[in-house]
Amino acid sequence: MEQKLALKVQDTDNVATVFAQGVTEGCTLKIRDKKGGEEMVTVQDEIPYGHKIALRFIKKGESVIKYGEQIGVATQDIGRGGYVHVHNLDSMRGRGDLQACMKGGAK
Amino acid sequence: MNFMGYVRPDGQAGSRNVVAVIPSVVCACDVVQAVCRQVQGTVPFLHHQGCCQLPPDLDRVTETLISLGLSPNVGAVLVVSLGCEGTDHERMVKEISASGKPVEIIHIQELGGVSNAISAGIDAARRLVIRISGTQREPVDVSKIVMAIKCGASDTTSGMASNCVIGYAADKLVDLGATVIFGETTEFLGAEHILARRAVNQNVAEKIYSIVNAMEGRAKSLGCDMRKGQPTPGNIAGGLSSIEEKSLGAIVKSGTGPIQGVLEYPERITDQKGLWIKDTPGREPEILTGMAATGAQFTLFSTGRGAPQGFPSMPVIKICGNPNTFEHMKNDMDLNAGLIITGAKTIEQSGEEAFALLLQVLNGRMTKNEAIGYFSGIDIHCLGPVI
Repeated sequence: MEQKLALKVQDTDNVATVFAQGVTEGCTLKIRDKKGGEEMVTVQDEIPYGHKIALRFIKKGESVIKYGEQIGVATQDIGRGGYVHVHNLDSMRGRGDLQACMKGGAK
Repeated sequence: MNFMGYVRPDGQAGSRNVVAVIPSVVCACDVVQAVCRQVQGTVPFLHHQGCCQLPPDLDRVTETLISLGLSPNVGAVLVVSLGCEGTDHERMVKEISASGKPVEIIHIQELGGVSNAISAGIDAARRLVIRISGTQREPVDVSKIVMAIKCGASDTTSGMASNCVIGYAADKLVDLGATVIFGETTEFLGAEHILARRAVNQNVAEKIYSIVNAMEGRAKSLGCDMRKGQPTPGNIAGGLSSIEEKSLGAIVKSGTGPIQGVLEYPERITDQKGLWIKDTPGREPEILTGMAATGAQFTLFSTGRGAPQGFPSMPVIKICGNPNTFEHMKNDMDLNAGLIITGAKTIEQSGEEAFALLLQVLNGRMTKNEAIGYFSGIDIHCLGPVI
């Protein structure tokens, strides 16, 4: 069977991007970094092509890191091998809703 | 290293030689369309601005249309005015003519209505097309290249494949003494600190922060989460979870060079070299218009989901980072950078392919969207309300 692959950009990243079809709970994914280093992760959820997988436990409130930079904050605990996307990652930018809350304005 | 371009009276060099038919206001668009349908070698700029706007926006529209007329792919200009608009059509004629290009103008109200204007417009456009149609391509040094870069309908492959290819080409052109422009200020949010570190001086770094703050402020002014607007539903379906993730992938296309400065939306390149930012939103109609107005001879455009559109006077080369999308939308994609994702090619190999292709396109080879004329949806980015 063809090895299912995900790519990690920087050493400090706690997520990788899945570039394979049919990635489901229980399958093993090969995570490759830019230097050709590899590690295996057991997948905990169904993850679509191009979406992200957690490379280690990410605690609620912790930064999600890709490209070596913060891409958002985890809104719940995410286990190693878990699916990371808009359901458990919050953007910190362009958040007029948060600003409105702080001002006590619109919801 | 040379390309074969159309040398203009002001010394710029075009990759195309078209007559631009420019409505000075949205109300002139139907006449422009009718003229362009009839006269070969013309292109319409069907924007939706030019009246009932505040003075700074009216100036912005006038100046953007002047810059489009002055852009190197345009050999001559026909301005179509209604007669009562808020833009300054006489200034358009004056400033574009000053570059030595042939310019004519017609006024719909003065001519007695639409059918008379279409007739007069066809005659004027035909004169202009015949006048520039004999212009020959000449060898032009690659340092005269002005390349615009953009990503649209992105997914997670964009930042990891197609934008890397564009970054490679951008670095190579900057090294050759050419000019590269990138924009999409919204897609600096979360990555602006990296760009600011690459600024040539503190003023430029501060300007980068200030355009990002202004763009974010406009987005936040409606009191909601920007998500769905940016990233778009398609970006999210493609795996991009936040604007920060989209931005960090988007800035990869600017390569690694120092950032020389920030251009306002209507501004154009005269003899500035190196890597520049133009303050634009991310949406295709507005950014492609802004980039053509800059004086770009072509755009390298990265996509993952499959953005098909081009621009009337400027070839747009589609570089697809997603190997599945490339196969699925082969007729609209010019280069498959998805081979980087599959491991079949390196960034350098695909980057060299893109560089070879851009030289061919500068020399006259048509891009896929250009060959089928998929480019009518353009617009000018304004800041204030329509009133």
